[in-house]
Amino acid sequence: MNGLRAVRYGAWALVAVALVVAGWLAVTTWTRPDDAAVVTIGAPFSLTNQAGTTVTEAAFKGHPTLIFFGYTYCPDICPTALAEATSWLKELGPDGDRVGVYFVTVDPERDTQEQMASYLSAFDPRIVGLTGPADRVEEMLRAYRVYFRKVETEGGDYLMDHTSSFYLLDAKGELVGLIDQNDEKPEVLARLRRAIAEAA
Amino acid sequence: MSAFLRAFAAALLAAFAFPAVAHQVKLGDLTLTDLWTRATPPGARTGAGYLTIANHGAAGDRLVAVATGLAERGELHEMKVEGGRMTMRPLDAGIPIAPGETVTLGPGGLHMMFVGLHDGFVDGGEVAVTLTFEKAGSVETFLHVLPIGAAGPGQDAGGDPAKPHDHEAHDEERR
Repeated sequence: MNGLRAVRYGAWALVAVALVVAGWLAVTTWTRPDDAAVVTIGAPFSLTNQAGTTVTEAAFKGHPTLIFFGYTYCPDICPTALAEATSWLKELGPDGDRVGVYFVTVDPERDTQEQMASYLSAFDPRIVGLTGPADRVEEMLRAYRVYFRKVETEGGDYLMDHTSSFYLLDAKGELVGLIDQNDEKPEVLARLRRAIAEAA
Repeated sequence: MSAFLRAFAAALLAAFAFPAVAHQVKLGDLTLTDLWTRATPPGARTGAGYLTIANHGAAGDRLVAVATGLAERGELHEMKVEGGRMTMRPLDAGIPIAPGETVTLGPGGLHMMFVGLHDGFVDGGEVAVTLTFEKAGSVETFLHVLPIGAAGPGQDAGGDPAKPHDHEAHDEERR
């Protein structure tokens, strides 16, 4: 009898363990980086904007913030993203001043402060470019869970694979959403207006 | 619907709905249309290039090389966006165009990439290019330069790439 009871308790213990494991798996699945709102990202950083001024994580607080991670050697998605951000800021009018918009390089080796300044001059002047020494940039990218990977090509050249969505942070600097290439402009503007209203 | 298909659909839409950038090149069995690129921001070291290639012949052909005097070299690439990540790879074997098929190079997918720009691409201008096909040979032509962020010939410019209003496909992408 005691042996049977032990088996029964053992079985229940196994069920309990299975439930805990399932719960843990569910939580880790929900908190993968692509899912916003439940992810804690970021860490203190110190980078340089295109004017040479130091920018820290404090810049991402007090207002909603949009961040795009890219590089100036990128022929397609990065200029498109920056042109989109420019058009959003234009549409937002004066409210555009209440959103921080950042372009963080994933290629600090080639994207010097001067290069960022020159490149960004084609877009809305409110867009802030961030670069700095490679180790500091990489540390920041990792803290913000950005995907970036160097792909060597012929002739010692390289391309960068990288996260292609804009991050949308709230006024506390927490990630609340992603904006990608498939999102329609009216939808994006509505989200930005809502974020601005919530931060007010 | 993949980003490439979407870009392809957008390009097709552009090709049929707005034949604004009207300049067509015949080369053997190939017809080249919608040859375009985007203006480059100051200091940009790379530029993309797009076109549509229709193969009316009985044999397959292949775009194997691209070049412009404005850049050190031209490459053929494929870009993909999957799971929020952008990847770009050189296509060393070129871009095949099967007999009877039409292939579109467009934003978010297949493209020419010009590396080491000597001069930027200027909105409203033209970029002279040499396109080389395995069978049809080489042709010297040009790309129309549209604004930064333009979605394609005839589409609105200024960073609002028009997309096909295909909500079903849009939803599918989210699943």
